[in-house]
Amino acid sequence: MTSINSDLSVKIGTLELKNPVLTASGTFGYGSEFSSLIDINKLGGIVVKGISLRPRAGNPPPRIVETHCGMLNAIGLANIGLENFLKEKLPWLQSLSTAVIVNIYGHSIEEYAAVAAGLKGVEGVSAIEINISCPNVECGGMVFGTDPKTSARVTEAVLKESDKPVIVKLSPNVTDIRAIAISVEKAGAYAISLINTLTGMAIDVEKRVPKLANITGGLSGPAIRPVALYMVYQVVKAVKIPVIGIGGIMNYWDALEFLIAGARAIQVGTANFVEPDVSLDIIEGLKRFCMDREIISIDDIIGTLNEKVDPGGQGTRTN
Amino acid sequence: MIEQESEVIFNKKVADGTFLMGLRSYEISSGAKPGQFVMLRVRQSFDPLLRRPFSICGTREDDIFLILYRLVGRGTTILSHVGEGTKLSVTGPLGKGFDIPKPGRKSLLIAGGIGIAPLIFLARKIKMIDLIFMAGYGSLKEVIDLESAGLKVPDIRIATDDGTLGHKGLVTDLLESYMTMSGNEMFKVFSCGPLHMLKRIAAITINSGAECQVSLEASMACGLGACQSCAVKSSSDQGMVYYHVCRDGPVFPAKSIDWKSI
Repeated sequence: MTSINSDLSVKIGTLELKNPVLTASGTFGYGSEFSSLIDINKLGGIVVKGISLRPRAGNPPPRIVETHCGMLNAIGLANIGLENFLKEKLPWLQSLSTAVIVNIYGHSIEEYAAVAAGLKGVEGVSAIEINISCPNVECGGMVFGTDPKTSARVTEAVLKESDKPVIVKLSPNVTDIRAIAISVEKAGAYAISLINTLTGMAIDVEKRVPKLANITGGLSGPAIRPVALYMVYQVVKAVKIPVIGIGGIMNYWDALEFLIAGARAIQVGTANFVEPDVSLDIIEGLKRFCMDREIISIDDIIGTLNEKVDPGGQGTRTN
Repeated sequence: MIEQESEVIFNKKVADGTFLMGLRSYEISSGAKPGQFVMLRVRQSFDPLLRRPFSICGTREDDIFLILYRLVGRGTTILSHVGEGTKLSVTGPLGKGFDIPKPGRKSLLIAGGIGIAPLIFLARKIKMIDLIFMAGYGSLKEVIDLESAGLKVPDIRIATDDGTLGHKGLVTDLLESYMTMSGNEMFKVFSCGPLHMLKRIAAITINSGAECQVSLEASMACGLGACQSCAVKSSSDQGMVYYHVCRDGPVFPAKSIDWKSI
């Protein structure tokens, strides 16, 4: 039996990734938090915690609550700010041999542009991901991400100041996510990543108070995966730029769903908290899947959804 | 720090609603310091989704570490049904532990309920002649026999809310009466328990100038410093506004916490 060495590398425009598995912003810190547990260089890339122009303390606790097959968070975009990021975190990130994508956000269009300008010419930053979709802070992005016009304006402002590929991360908390996707594509976005968390809440029944100090939070984890997959499916059909799928991916099988739907790469989020080495397991799983089926390149899987349901059944793996 | 599958050696009830579990891991057992914790997956399932943090309660025979836990919800209920020989995924040891006190000065270990877990581990590192152990519970049936965790403490003082054992009232009453009796003797306090109890202990010790370290509990998703959910407000008016219990703690000098925010 011949065995082929399947190629997992993918391209997001000119951004080359050694495999399609990235870690999602806010779930992997600045990367170094996981460095004693996993070999980060094996990842397709990491997306670091969202950076703002100035440091931000974040919301008062409690900031998270577990829900069925998921969790709500209201961290409030706590981060060390651009200057400290460049001084304290970037040198280590520059030593990595994997893609480093910096997630940015601002309170105003000007602040988004200023953060992008601060990253201009900085070596070791492969791309910028704009967060126009955080549900947990007032003006923390979602106000920009729920309107096609302001989404486009933020995208344009960042593109003007940036010398790097710009990915726009979309909010699912909208009526029609395709309208936002089309708008940021027209504005010149390099790629789209989706979805950010879904706004939700939980109540302590005994005390009759919200379980989060922020009252609402963003729902993530396997509970949201079908919703995320559907939105990725819709957006892939609506735009020509590459799409990165995010939302409740826990294993390689979940990742394959997004790739088949047309995502060129995926981001692993909440699963990093549950199993710190899950992204490496996903990479191995994708490799094994391709090799077992003699698939030469992961590219041969991306966007191969056949919309005619197999009358023979839905397969055996459902988790 | 390591992530591995650890075998459950025993999992037994030691008091009403309270269990002691021993897990095999040479790496965690040999590296653990009192006050540190592990993140444990109660089963291979997405519901419940997240790992649970547990203080390390002690170590045995080089390669076994202990956790003491109370049934408080779904996660701990599932854990209480886990049988010997089951393998559970554990990450640890995590966080910063207690500063082990030097001999010659009294150490007061003050526990509230299940907060006794890290203090049992700490007590092993302190000379018995220097040690006073104060433990508060709701009622007699919740009282944990320290010998079941392999610890013999000559000076142990108990308080129960209902007076079914020891002093009727709060464990903080025991601290206050100790301070009245001891005069100017120097001592250190190490405490773990409910936040309102720690708040009271912090107020008493800060007021008297006694050194005090507290171990805090917080909801957390990762335990690694990445999710930033386990925030607790710092008393410092400059620099970091929030500490993260998992990485900056769980043990903190009492004076470094902004108790007004709690």
